[in-house]
Amino acid sequence: MQKSKIYPWYFAIGSVLVYTVLSVVPGLLGIGYSFTDWSAYSQDLHFVGFTNFIAVFSGENDYIRYISNTVWFTFVTVIAKTGLGLLFAVALSRNIKWKNFHRGILYLPSVLPILVTGLVFTSILNPKTGFLNEFLRAIGLEVLAKKWLVDPKIAFGSVMAVDIWRGVGYIMTLLIAGILAIPGIYYEAAAIDGANAWQRFRYITLPMLRQTLAVTIVLNVIYGLKVFDMVYALTNGGPGHRTEVLYTAVYKMMSKGLYAEGTTISSVLFIFMVIIGYFMVKVLTKDEVVE
Amino acid sequence: MVYTTKNKLVQIILKNILAWIASLLVIIPLALVVLNAFKADGETLNMNLALPKQWIFSNFSTVIEKGKLIRSFFNSLVYAGVGTILTVFFASMAAYVFSRRRTKGMERLYMYVVLGMVIPVNYVTLTRTMLTLHLTNSSPGIILLYIAMQTPFTVFLIYGFVSKIPVELDEAAVIDGCSPLQLYVRIIFPMLKSAVITAGVLCFLNCWNEFMMPLYFLHSSEKWPMTLAIYNFFGQYEMKWNLICADVILTCAPVLILYLACQKYIVGGQTAGAVKG
Repeated sequence: MQKSKIYPWYFAIGSVLVYTVLSVVPGLLGIGYSFTDWSAYSQDLHFVGFTNFIAVFSGENDYIRYISNTVWFTFVTVIAKTGLGLLFAVALSRNIKWKNFHRGILYLPSVLPILVTGLVFTSILNPKTGFLNEFLRAIGLEVLAKKWLVDPKIAFGSVMAVDIWRGVGYIMTLLIAGILAIPGIYYEAAAIDGANAWQRFRYITLPMLRQTLAVTIVLNVIYGLKVFDMVYALTNGGPGHRTEVLYTAVYKMMSKGLYAEGTTISSVLFIFMVIIGYFMVKVLTKDEVVE
Repeated sequence: MVYTTKNKLVQIILKNILAWIASLLVIIPLALVVLNAFKADGETLNMNLALPKQWIFSNFSTVIEKGKLIRSFFNSLVYAGVGTILTVFFASMAAYVFSRRRTKGMERLYMYVVLGMVIPVNYVTLTRTMLTLHLTNSSPGIILLYIAMQTPFTVFLIYGFVSKIPVELDEAAVIDGCSPLQLYVRIIFPMLKSAVITAGVLCFLNCWNEFMMPLYFLHSSEKWPMTLAIYNFFGQYEMKWNLICADVILTCAPVLILYLACQKYIVGGQTAGAVKG
């Protein structure tokens, strides 16, 4: 039987078309516009070569910092979410009372709108009236009461902490599913051989979780590089661009009419993501094709 | 032997302490929001865990009225609902064809669509594209954007499920005289039911929670979804945390209900991609 007749190509047309026009085309157009002086203040468009890219990478302005902030945010949150997620997953996978309760609660923040989570934490982290500092003062740890989102030294750390709070349960959930898929017989054999808890984790759980860990890291990297809602709600890039990430910077450039600059740093991310994205998608779709 | 049982006990205690600390860290912020949503105006200058002196249920009606939440609620419902139905409809057909026709070309096309999970949106040129297509500040425009954003993951998710349906089924149906469309609608789609529900629930959650797209592309307030409405309400009533908390609860309620009702599908869907069992 002819596959092309039973499975006609036009079944795929709707998805491919909408995705291409509203996702791929703007990305490619963006690369083109990066070589122009496109702005809100002029109707004319001139080819300017690599001027915009040079402006981004020369370090004369803050653009490079927005990119490094985004990478730093991604790096820290990936490490923390994966580490903590693994810790919670190991604790909550087997032999613990109330495990479904704990799992459900820890997963909950990741279904809430990210923006709303951010708004609530602006109150909790308020230096004067916020719950966190009130609590620290009440238990006599006033030294630890900081200006969480205002102090330039710690604002970015606070933003990352809130994002870790929000995202760790999701990673934990993926890892629990991964741990539960490991055949119990391995652990029984290890127990007979006298392996202790650490050895069982190190030589059974960790190696068997490799694929799941790879997927969670990929998902976290994708999220981290594109972060917007959380930063926008908590600090909007402040104080003094200390917490500015790529997408908040692009939003500001857009509203200032600096289209060429905005599209240039978007394109830097686009090109970077398409290149590493190919390998990321390979990780995500691994095993699938051979089924 | 005594040593190992003791060791085990310590482990169990440590595990429980860890689990409770982690859960409390999540519960406290949530409790703060719930308790403060019922407090009187002056009581929420400092948000704390004290019970309200008087439970003020009218905060909710106040915020619905002042925040114009009825309209926003229906906007969100239409954007997320229609967006989800169309995404799942088109994506499941695409995933079906990609999965069944394993030619080089189709495999490349599948990779091209799935790459969308990774590639970032260029909002500057997307704005330009939306203007050209006359889709800025319009409901169909935002729905199309949601479809474009959600399609890659949905195709990816359903693709995995299609390959589990035996091909012999298709062959039997074709021999019995099914057209391609009949084969898909009558045989394949019903068998994809759980995959479609899973994909649909996740898609709905993501669309409901979406903030950036409406921020860029919906300018008139009567078109705002809940997320944009609460952000603007927050800007206007910055000190009235009792009202903001009530708004937070109303904005989160649909996703919370969906989470409680469909926990199995949400967790199942998100782990299906990550764990190959």
